Amino acid sequence: MTFFDHLPVLAVLLPAFTAMLLLLVGDGDAQRVWVRRIALASVLLGAVFAVALVALAGTGVLTVYRLGEWPAPFGIVLVVDRLSALMVALTSAVVVPVLIYASGGWDSHGRHFHALLQFQLMGLNGAFLTGDLFNLFVFFEVLLIASYVLMTHGLGRERLRAGTHYVVLNLAASALFLLGMALLYGVTGTLNLADLAVRVPRVPAPEAALLQAGALLLLVVFGFKAALVPLALWLPATYAAASAPVAALFAIMTKVGVYAIWRVHGVIFGADAGASAFTVQPLLLPLALATCVVGVLGALAAHTLPRLIAWLTVASVGTIVAAIGLFGAAAWSAAMYYLVNSTLVIAGLFLLAELVASQRGPMADRLEPCSPVKQPVILGLLLLLAAASNAGLPPLPGFVGKLMLLQASSGHPWAVAVWAVVLVVGFFTLVGLARAGSVLFWAVRPEVPSGSSGASPKLLLAPMALLGMSVLLSVMAAPVQRYTAAAALQLSDRDAYARAVLPELGGPAADSARPYRLPQPQPLPRGPQPGGQP
Amino acid sequence: MLLSMEFLMASGIGLVTASGIYLLLRGRTFPVVLGLTMLGYGVNVFIFVMGRLWSAAPPILTAGPNVADPLPQALVLTAIVIGFATTGFVIELALRSRHDGGSDHVDGKPDAHGRQAHGAGDGR
Repeated sequence: MTFFDHLPVLAVLLPAFTAMLLLLVGDGDAQRVWVRRIALASVLLGAVFAVALVALAGTGVLTVYRLGEWPAPFGIVLVVDRLSALMVALTSAVVVPVLIYASGGWDSHGRHFHALLQFQLMGLNGAFLTGDLFNLFVFFEVLLIASYVLMTHGLGRERLRAGTHYVVLNLAASALFLLGMALLYGVTGTLNLADLAVRVPRVPAPEAALLQAGALLLLVVFGFKAALVPLALWLPATYAAASAPVAALFAIMTKVGVYAIWRVHGVIFGADAGASAFTVQPLLLPLALATCVVGVLGALAAHTLPRLIAWLTVASVGTIVAAIGLFGAAAWSAAMYYLVNSTLVIAGLFLLAELVASQRGPMADRLEPCSPVKQPVILGLLLLLAAASNAGLPPLPGFVGKLMLLQASSGHPWAVAVWAVVLVVGFFTLVGLARAGSVLFWAVRPEVPSGSSGASPKLLLAPMALLGMSVLLSVMAAPVQRYTAAAALQLSDRDAYARAVLPELGGPAADSARPYRLPQPQPLPRGPQPGGQP
Repeated sequence: MLLSMEFLMASGIGLVTASGIYLLLRGRTFPVVLGLTMLGYGVNVFIFVMGRLWSAAPPILTAGPNVADPLPQALVLTAIVIGFATTGFVIELALRSRHDGGSDHVDGKPDAHGRQAHGAGDGR
């Protein structure tokens, strides 16, 4: 095996070992310079790995990495397809600017910020790369445990209160995750995603009901992580209370939920799933459209800038999930394109919000007239760019993504609703952000002292990098769109996925995913044996 | 047999989970942590049962006729470890929140009706 064969696992191991190294180096003021350098070098190397993964997946090859060389349904595999490589690259694209921004001072407001960020990165990369449902749960927990601590980074009463809610809600969701996963295992006898994709269609009608119950439980969990209505209300409270770099990092965390919905409900319980086909289709699209509407209403009602952006996160998740709910390669391609852009823009907006707030004197991030911003031109232009991209104005990538979505929805029975919601939500997003911008930059009270000397170039660099990548997404729209279109086709091809992960498919081993043969001439009857008898 | 093992397990899981959810919906952090723990117990037994209920069946290959599925047992072990760690964290967070906020209510509401706060150790 060459070095490059180990790329999938390196993307997970690099942050893990960096985190341990950072814990060993320590957290004092004396070591901070070195901690920042090590962390930055590590995420830059991780970005190189991510680009290599995208290049690898871009050739159309499904790379399967067998951990410990155990064959697929028995051992855990990491699978790199176009979508997972794209998500890993997007994670890197968000983490690098966030790390640079946090190195501007936020990392000294609490302990072990950089180590926790690396653990979170490990969880994110692992969740995107794994090909096993239980392993997905474990990586979910890794990224959540890191996020619990990052969420309360900097402490303070409000942060701790919101943090407690966040932790308790996520622990309850984890319990539901285990229940849904156990139901899937109980019926199919496997948790490997490729093996599930093979076995779920074979489950006949009466037992499929149990399977679908498991799938719907998982929808609750993933919908909660993704902040889908009616489980979206935790997000604005949490993100608005978190410190700015953490909130920007969390922009990618909702996408883990979206990604899991895609893999499990879009593919395994999607088309060609036999009696369980399209289990969540009647729910997904209406819920997603409701999420858009609720998100934008929240944005219009928000009193502070971070809360406004958090509600826009909810609205953008609604748009992505609506595209997933349309179930088609064209719509999924649109969803991927829009996902990449909205994540970058929202992360950039969270960072911008803090820069603006720090220059407004006593009102800070509240949307009320106060002292003029010290650097109105650069911050105002960046905010305008982000707002236009988020609302979907041409020629920015938000517009391209929404256009792709609208095109893909034509002919669908819900096309009218999708068009109406996407366009109206885009308009009101613009209204909300324009209102915020005019209060922040124009409705000023020059007599109030600002008390700020302006943001340092290092702090400005981070949102500029994020928004610059978003603009680049528009400039490079054609190649990116080719990639996402191919990714959507690859994602919906469940047979190719199963063939790549389970090479012995069709052989005798395919009949039993359980790692043992029953030594009887005939297999045991299905269902529970009378077990309680002595 | 009137009271089968299946009935006992199913109703037991249901009861523990229901208690967990009831406690989870309480207003103070201590019952909430207890509720999370009970919910965790219910979920763990549920995963275990998804390997089906067997008696006198070892989870390793032997010459005997019956073999129990070992995978759910391994899954439960992982879930227990993760659950234990997160419970430890949430207790610490609840304590910190109670010290900084001055109340053990999950919404940070001040103690109403002159109710004695939990935790006599901090001098209240």
